[in-house]
Parts: sequence; C-alpha cells; structure tokens
Amino acid sequence: MKKELFKFLIFTVLILVAPLAFKGGYLMNVLVFVGINTMLAIALNLLLGYCGQISLGHAGFFGLGAYLSGILTATHGLNPWLVMPLAAGLVGLLAYLIGFPILKLKGHYLAMATLGMGIIIYIVFNESVDYTGGPSGLSGIPALSIGSTSFDSDVKSYYLVWAFTLGVCLFSLNLANSRVGRALRAIHDSEIAARVVGVNARELKVRIFALSAVISALAGCLYAHTMTFISPASFGFNFSVELLTMVVIGGLGSIYGSFLGAALLTLLPEFLRAAHDYDIIIYGGLLMVMVMFMPGGLVRSVPDAVRKLVRLKGGAGNA
Amino acid sequence: MSFKRFFLTFTAFTMLTSVSAFAAAPIKIGALFAVTGPAAFLGEPERNTAKMVIEEINRAGGVKGRKLELVVYDTAGDATKAVQLATKLIKNDKVSAIIGPSTTGESMAVIPVVEKERIPLISCSAGSKITDPVKKWVFKTAQNDALAVGRIYEQLQKQKLTVVALLTVSDGFGASGREQLKAQAGKYGITIVSDDTYGPKDTDMTAQLTKIRGSRAQAIICWGTNPGPAVIAKNAHQLGIKTPLYMSHGVSSKKFIQLAGDAAEGIRLPSGKVLVADLLPNSDSQKKSLLEFVKDYQKHYKAEGDHFGGHAWDAVMLLKNAIERGGDSPASIREKLEKTTQFHGVGGTFTYSANDHAGLGKDAFVLVEVRNKDWVIVK
Amino acid sequence: MQLDQILQFALSGLSTGAIYALIGIGFSIIYNSTGIINFAQGEFVMLGGMLTLFFIGLLQLPLWAAIPCAVLVCTLAGMLFERLAIRPLRKPTPINLVIITIGGSIFIRGLSMLLWGKDTHSLPSFSGDEPITIANATILPQHLWILGITLVIIGANKFFFYHTISGKAMRACSYNSRAAGLVGIDVRRMVLFSFVISSAMGAMAGIIVAPLTMTSYDVGIMLGLKGFCAAIIGGMSSGIATVIGGLILGILESLGAGLISSGYKDAIAFIILLLILFIRPQGLFGKAESERV
Repeated sequence: MKKELFKFLIFTVLILVAPLAFKGGYLMNVLVFVGINTMLAIALNLLLGYCGQISLGHAGFFGLGAYLSGILTATHGLNPWLVMPLAAGLVGLLAYLIGFPILKLKGHYLAMATLGMGIIIYIVFNESVDYTGGPSGLSGIPALSIGSTSFDSDVKSYYLVWAFTLGVCLFSLNLANSRVGRALRAIHDSEIAARVVGVNARELKVRIFALSAVISALAGCLYAHTMTFISPASFGFNFSVELLTMVVIGGLGSIYGSFLGAALLTLLPEFLRAAHDYDIIIYGGLLMVMVMFMPGGLVRSVPDAVRKLVRLKGGAGNA
Repeated sequence: MSFKRFFLTFTAFTMLTSVSAFAAAPIKIGALFAVTGPAAFLGEPERNTAKMVIEEINRAGGVKGRKLELVVYDTAGDATKAVQLATKLIKNDKVSAIIGPSTTGESMAVIPVVEKERIPLISCSAGSKITDPVKKWVFKTAQNDALAVGRIYEQLQKQKLTVVALLTVSDGFGASGREQLKAQAGKYGITIVSDDTYGPKDTDMTAQLTKIRGSRAQAIICWGTNPGPAVIAKNAHQLGIKTPLYMSHGVSSKKFIQLAGDAAEGIRLPSGKVLVADLLPNSDSQKKSLLEFVKDYQKHYKAEGDHFGGHAWDAVMLLKNAIERGGDSPASIREKLEKTTQFHGVGGTFTYSANDHAGLGKDAFVLVEVRNKDWVIVK
Repeated sequence: MQLDQILQFALSGLSTGAIYALIGIGFSIIYNSTGIINFAQGEFVMLGGMLTLFFIGLLQLPLWAAIPCAVLVCTLAGMLFERLAIRPLRKPTPINLVIITIGGSIFIRGLSMLLWGKDTHSLPSFSGDEPITIANATILPQHLWILGITLVIIGANKFFFYHTISGKAMRACSYNSRAAGLVGIDVRRMVLFSFVISSAMGAMAGIIVAPLTMTSYDVGIMLGLKGFCAAIIGGMSSGIATVIGGLILGILESLGAGLISSGYKDAIAFIILLLILFIRPQGLFGKAESERV
C-alpha cells in the first residue's frame, strides 16, 4: 500500500511540473485533453479491466454529461459548479437503471447493446434541436471560475482538469485495492464462482457501470466548460471505439495504463500530422501491431521489454 | 587590392541579401480544413485552392515584396481537433490570420479561441450564425444559407407554388438549412407540410419520399451534400414523383450529375456562379475572377474547380487585398478586411463593414437547372 | 392511400433488409467458426464496390467481367487479413480480437482512401433504372437483383455447410474447435476458409448495392454496423434466421422513417434491438443455452 501511495505521489509531481516543460505552448492545450481522456479511460477501465464488462457506448455518457452541463449553464444560466454534481448524478442514475437489463448480457451481445445505447444517445443529441442546438452544436458555455479567477487559459484549465483527473486516479486506485476491487476481479474471472462465494455479482456490476458513467459524465462537464462549445460529432461511436482502444493499449486493469493509453492516443495524431494523408493508415496499422505484439498493453509490455533488454545485455556481459 | 575588392563586394552582397531577407520575411497564414473525414469534399478542394493561390501570389513576387507562407492543418471535421489546431497555429506557428475551418460546427468551436487571441479568421463554412451576431475577429466567405433559401423561395413565389415538403440531412449543413427554410417560409407565404430528415450515411430515402408523395406538397426542397441528394433523386425517380425537386448549393458540382445520372434531369438548385462561369454575360463583374479560378484549378489539379474551392480562393484573395492595403499585423489585417468594398470574388461580390462580416448580397446565387447532364441558368 | 404507402415502406424495407442480411451472414460465418466478431466486415463490402469501379474505370472491363475480378481480389484481401492479423495473434482474447479487427478496418479504409480518393462514386445498374410497379408501390430492377442474389447465396451456403465435407468440418469447428481438431480437422484452415467465404460474400453485397447506394471509401462503417445488428437479431446464425433478422431491421427502419419520425428511425431500430436483446438475448429464434462453468 505504501508503495502504491509513493507511485501516486511521483505521478502527481510529474503532472504538476509538466507545464514547465511546455512553457504554455500549444501542447498545453493537448495535455488538457489528455487529462480528460485519462478520466474517461479510467472510467471504462473500471468496467472493462476490473469487472470484465465491455462497453461500446461510453461516449454517450461522456456526451450526456457535457450536454447537461452545457444546456443548464448556457441556456438556463445556472452555476457550473452546481450543475456538475447534478449532471454527474443524473447520468449515474440513468446508467444504474439501464445497467440492470443491459448487464445481464454477456460478451458480444453486451458490446452490441452498449453500442446501440451509445448510438441512441447520439441520435437524441442530433435530433432534439431545441435543447441541444442539433448538429450545429451548442455554443456560449461559460468557462469555470472560482471567485474572480476564470479557468480560461490552457495552463489554468490544465491544473483544473488534472486536479479532477488525479482525484479520480486516487479514488480508483483505492477502489481497486479494496474489498470491492477483489470482488470485481472475482467477477472478472468467473461470475458464477464469485456468486458462489457470496458476491452479489449483479448488483456490483450495475454499481460499477453507474460509477463509470458518473466519472465519464464528470469528464463531459469539464470538456464542455474548457471547450465552451460542444457538438454531437464529438460523442459518436468512433469516440467510444477510441476510448476502448486507449484502455486496451494502455493495459487492462491498470490505472496508470489508462493514462498511458489516453496520452498515446491523444498525442499520436500530433506526431502523425507530418505524415499528412497517411496518418489514418499508420493509426490503423499501429493499433493492429500493438495488439499483436503487446497484448498486455503498454503498462506491462514496456517494462517487460526493458527487463528483457537488460537481461540480454547482462547476458552478453557475462559471456 | 583584389582582397579589398573582394571584401567590398562581399559586404555589399551580405548587406543586399540581408536587406532583401528582411523585406522578404514572409507573412504566415494559417489554414484549418477538413481534408479527411466526412467533410473531406469541402476540405480537399479548399486546401488545394489555398495552396494553389498562395503559390501563384508568391511566384508573382508576393504581396508588397513579402511572401505569404501557408500552414495547413487537417481537422478531419472534428471540432475538438479544430480548436487544438487553431491554438497551435496561433501559439506555435504565430500566424497573422487563419482561413477556415470548413464546417459550421468547427467554425463555432474555433471562434472563442480567435476572439481571445485576437487573430482574424475567415471561415469557409456557410452557417449564418458564424457572423450573426457579428464577432470582431470573424469573417466568412461562404454564402449564407439564408441567401440560398431566399433564392429558392423567390422562384417558388414567382411560380405561385406555396406548399413545400422539406427533406434535410441531419448534420450541421442540413440543420442550418432547415432552420432557415422554416424561418423564411412565412415571409414568402410558403407553408411547410412535411419536415423530414435523413442520416448522412443513409442509403435509401424511399420511406421519407413516399410520405411526401402522400402529402399535398407542390415542391420538395432537399438540403444535403453528396451522396444523399443523389440517392434522393434516384429514389424520387423510382417512386415516379413528378413534384419539382429543389436541392441546395451543397451539391452544386458536376459530381452530383454524375452520381444521380438520369434522375438528375430537371432538378433545380441555387448555386454560386462558378458552376456556370462561362454562361454568364460578359457584363457580370465576377466573371473575370471566376474564369481565372476555374482555369487555374483545371491546370493544377486536372479537375473542375467547384465553389467550395472558391471559398478558399476568396479568403486568400481577401487577405491579400487587406495586406496590400497596409495590413501587416493581425490587428491591422482585421481592420483592413473590415473595410473591403466591392471585391469581385468567386462566391460573389464582397463588401464587409463593421456590422456585416458575411459581406454578400442575394446576387451571389443563381438558380440553375440540370438539363442534358449539364447546368443551365434558370431565368 | 395509406395502404399504398405501407406497401411501399415494406418493399423498401425488404430491399434494404436483404443487404443487411447478406452482410450479417458474413459476420455470422466468421463468428461461428472462430468466435471473432469481425469489425472489418463492412470494409470488405466497401472494397467490393470500389474494386468493381476500379476494374471498370482503369482496366476498361465490362461490368460482368469486373465483378468476378473484384470478388477475387477482395477474397484475397480477406485471406491476407486472416494470415497477417488474426493468425499471428498470441493472445486471442475476445477484446483483443475486437480491437485488432477495428484496427484492420481503419487500415483498409485508409488505404482505399489513398488509392481511390474521397469521392463518392456510382456504379451502373445491372439492368436499367425503369421502376417496376407492384400494386401502386415501385421497386427497381436492381432490388430484384439484390433479393435474387441474396437467395442464391443463402442457398449455396446451406448446401455448402450441410452437404460438403469442408462445410461439415467448419460446422464441427463452430460447435467445438478442440474436438474438431482431435478428429483430424485442420482448424486453422477452416478459420482461413471462413474468412474467404465471408469476404467474398461481403464483396458481393457491396457490388450489388453500389448502383443504389453509391460507394465511397467510408461506406463500410454504417453498412457493417447494420449487418452486425441483423446477425444479432438472428442469433448469429449463418442461415435463414439472420436473413429474417436483416429483413426485420430493414422493414422497421423504413416503417419508422415513414410513420413515426425520420430523424429517429435509427434510434427506433436500435431500441427494438435492445428490447430483443433484453427479452431474448439468444436472438429471436435461438434456443436458450445453459451456461457452462
């Protein structure tokens, strides 16, 4: 446990000093989104990595959070800080209710059902023009502020978003090492076995589903207030797939893995931009190669590779 | 002796080059286009045109001796990316002005960024709300949807057709058109009897058209970009619908006729004049710009220049004019842009002012009809 | 009047449904012999249409000659995909397979974008565009082609799976691949086989729908999703159940668009899909399975 805390502290310090390295340049702005995506990846990882339940509809929860927050603040003029817990709570409740029938399903049926759910939510964003502004989006969402300081610059948003992200990290790390975390892993390995030893698998799965939705909605609120503009296109099926990719590439069941996956996938387009039209091929190819050669995700494969390398070198030195 | 002469020449040479290097410090212009993704049909011709025009300006010696340097990024039609890249253009590339983005959603997302950073933006997307209300740093070249809608409704009024059915695509383009179609109907005494939508990737619209066939609509107005409207034209042909079919300027390119084939015959749509450049009377003030653009594009890309490319052509030319008239910093470029009067571009004749950053009048559109697989102007 | 409309809705629904069915069966065949949901299935549909165009345009082949060429190339692409992406997988967990096929579909889509550009293209109809009237409702000759070819393919499938050695071997793999391996069936070859069949079918689907729906490098995503839905409704069967699933989906969509709301028509289709999953997770026609521990 001490070791865990130590790791987290190092991570926090790294995050805190990172802006110094970028000196407020444009990458700062990208790092804000790395923070938001990390939150989302952790949310999905709790469900997928710990509980073994896939979801291809998490962009929907993300979008619901963003839209609830956007509509209530931009159109109805409510205080953003007040709206945030409200939006997260409502989305959580919705997920809890949907969770009961949906989590009865398994494997690809579950994938299909959550995918359908995501698409339905997306269509609602598109079609309820009077509330959401439809496909042309919703603008004029206020930036968050405390007192007279408004979080309107990249550096300020960075610290705001990462404060939340680190909070979510800490919470998830604790959860993973708690009784609940152990019960979750039991469900992951065999739901029936877990039930036999007295875990209320069904209730627990639904609760994690709801928790995961709450975190996603929270990320949505932050997204809406840092972008100050939202449109349905950001919350479609593609984004759900991107989230799934972040989790898998980073490493299932690892909180830091989620960060690595989110960071890689958010930063990758920046590096691929030089490749112009080839970037989509490289992206697809990279996905395949990663899964083929690093099935454990970055968080396990990279240390493995380093260890192997060290051993090789050591071996060579001995011989 | 010879050494002295060498030294003198050398100094003179370095001075000369350094002076010319100083004069030639290029003006950086940023561009955000959706070159890939669902709006690629906009972004690709826009990027091609912008590159082409800048290259030509530079070959002719630049603007007031200064070269223009274009930095293009692909937004893939994604609002989040557009915002990130706008920030990148401003903070890392230090551009003096930005052209684009291609879609209304992206433009709306980028507006807060450029307003805060005080960089002039010339959007290439059509949504009316980009410049309505007027934002200090935001201009646009694409014709407002409102103008296109007005052009169709005028024609309907002339033919005494008062009952219409709408069929719009459920993306930013369609939604904006639908809003305008509904808002202006009253003004022209038009009743909307059915209001349907279709998805951008839908492959069969017979259901919506069957419903419209059962209504008492005297004209059908469809608002979308390829390939949807071509599918609709084919479906209408299949169902034997004889009601006049109007499309939007979103399909005003030869591509539409190719896709819809015979089913395109008789379809009318409002279009920028670029489509019918050679049919225009010589008295038309835009004709020179139009022919120049079409010829250039043909030469560079072996394809027909469409009016999406025209948006970028106008944007670059407007910027060039503003720089020529003394704009050299973001603030002065903005100021000169706002003072643009009677610029005869591809999309129309632009006159910006402090309370009009769209700059076009109704004459920007002509109504065209498909006849024998080609366009003719409807008088 | 109202009745006419409903007939038209039904006919339109049937013809789009047949497409979904054909794509859905492609999903099922691979799933049944390998347990993989091939998210790249939609891309083979796209490849079919685009390759036909390519052969017509570049090599100046007539339509009837371009079609088999396109199917052949597409099948080769399917084989390559299996050999290069699926077989080398060290840890073929379902999640990894989902991601790798998604990666593959992005890759194929990107490659086609580079090769053929981003434009939408239209393929000529097989036999004219004159609508055929059936009691005040109309369909196009191409719709008949779609229905006909779908029927032929399903018939051929049935024959293959129940009356040939290879087909029976593939079915054996789908019931229990280890047992199949023990009785001497080359399971790996059967997996390759399933990719061959389903990519060929996907290509065929892409070719016969292209004259109606147009084709471009990105048509595969939505068609693939709808085909997947059809397969799920049919309980991942590679026979008639998936066909009915596709037809149901098509008709629901068309009725939803015509009678309720065109904007929400996809939502209606997906809500019904969810209801089916909640009430009968084994598909509309499947029997409930008891879970093995």
